[in-house]
Amino acid sequence: MSLKQVLAALSMGLALAGAQAQPATAPDALIKQVSTEVIDSVKGDKAIQAGDVGKIIELVDTKVMPHVNFQRMTASAVGRHWRAATPEQQKRLQDEFKILIVRTYAGALTQVKDQTVQLKPMRAGADDSEVVVRTEVKGKGDPIQLDYRLEKNGTSWRIYDVNVLGVWLVEQYRSSFAQEIGAGGIDGLIAKLAERNKAAATKT
Amino acid sequence: MTPADRLRCVAAAGLLAASGATHAQSASDPFEGWNRAVFGFNEDLDEAVLKPVATAYTNVVPELVRTGVSNFFGNFRDGWSAINELLQAKPIAAAQMTMRVATNTLFGIGGVIDVASDLGLERQREDFGQTLGRWGLPAGPYLVWPLLGPSSLRDSVALPLDLSWATGALTNDGVVRIGLTTVELIDVRASLLGASRIIGDIALDKYVFIRDGYLARRRSMVYDGEPPELAEPPEPAEPQDDAPAAAK
Repeated sequence: MSLKQVLAALSMGLALAGAQAQPATAPDALIKQVSTEVIDSVKGDKAIQAGDVGKIIELVDTKVMPHVNFQRMTASAVGRHWRAATPEQQKRLQDEFKILIVRTYAGALTQVKDQTVQLKPMRAGADDSEVVVRTEVKGKGDPIQLDYRLEKNGTSWRIYDVNVLGVWLVEQYRSSFAQEIGAGGIDGLIAKLAERNKAAATKT
Repeated sequence: MTPADRLRCVAAAGLLAASGATHAQSASDPFEGWNRAVFGFNEDLDEAVLKPVATAYTNVVPELVRTGVSNFFGNFRDGWSAINELLQAKPIAAAQMTMRVATNTLFGIGGVIDVASDLGLERQREDFGQTLGRWGLPAGPYLVWPLLGPSSLRDSVALPLDLSWATGALTNDGVVRIGLTTVELIDVRASLLGASRIIGDIALDKYVFIRDGYLARRRSMVYDGEPPELAEPPEPAEPQDDAPAAAK
């Protein structure tokens, strides 16, 4: 994937935004585009580098979240209890989990300095509806493995899991979630997530 | 959280685990009660000694020097990685790592400067635990060791070899060896300062978070970053109605 192709994909995306017959961006092109946008935004913003969580959350909300199926992410971290939860509980779980994840991401972004993202070769059939895109973040020190699971959503692709250094995010939270649900039910988990988010918010 | 608070939390968690009040018992962690106690001990020790020392090290020693120290120890571990790649029957990777070590040792002033990475000879970390995994030995139960931290039964079996290589081959002088080990420990801890801050914020239960992260990462490393898909994890046992709710 050359820079030219990325730029082409990017401008095509912009030109066709809003148009109904938007062609599907390849999943790896999407990842490359989003990562490049995020890294460039961080590099050009002193406040984000200094760890301004508010600005980082804004960045993530505008650039990354539109490409994430966060409901699927939350549902699979919660596991079979998701089906037993009321719509209201599901929404609250999703909201609190999102804040938790965005803060994780925010913490990682403050470490961004001279990194670039490189795509690894993708093995996927033309009509696969779920793919894994593997990337490596290169900068000072050892490269960092960063992989994504994406699902086809009509004509576009959406991320539903992220792998950092060999650890899938959804699996990482599954047993903590099960533990909280076991102790206090769905509401217990919601309360725990909210408490964590509150504690972190007052600290920063 | 003060160390005392932390200790109380750990104690409470340990009691819960011991009384069987935590339902989400992980099949890979049958010694959770014991592991949690050791984890708590390690956390307190880290808070009291290692973290402050690593923070001071980061504040006092210039970045250039710290990078040199990291590279020096890294170069040494790379030698061990090369041997393990050979043991894992990966001759090309082994040759690459050998080239990397030779290049950095000769042209990087004994490994202080990482010239090989710029030449495209990137680090692929391998240790004896991964070698055992590569030949099919399962990770076994999760274990937490005092001072040494998270491990599995398999990685514990490999640990004496991994440790003896890390510092043992450099010198026979006991004092120098302890000195080197200490500096390496501080170097590693300093490199984790950012990560440990984040984990404190995002983990619901730090012990579980580190355990699951460790096991998943090790599994991924055994398969060089592309492990086969796992089947959905077995469902945890249904909560019992008569069990006391866990303390918040």
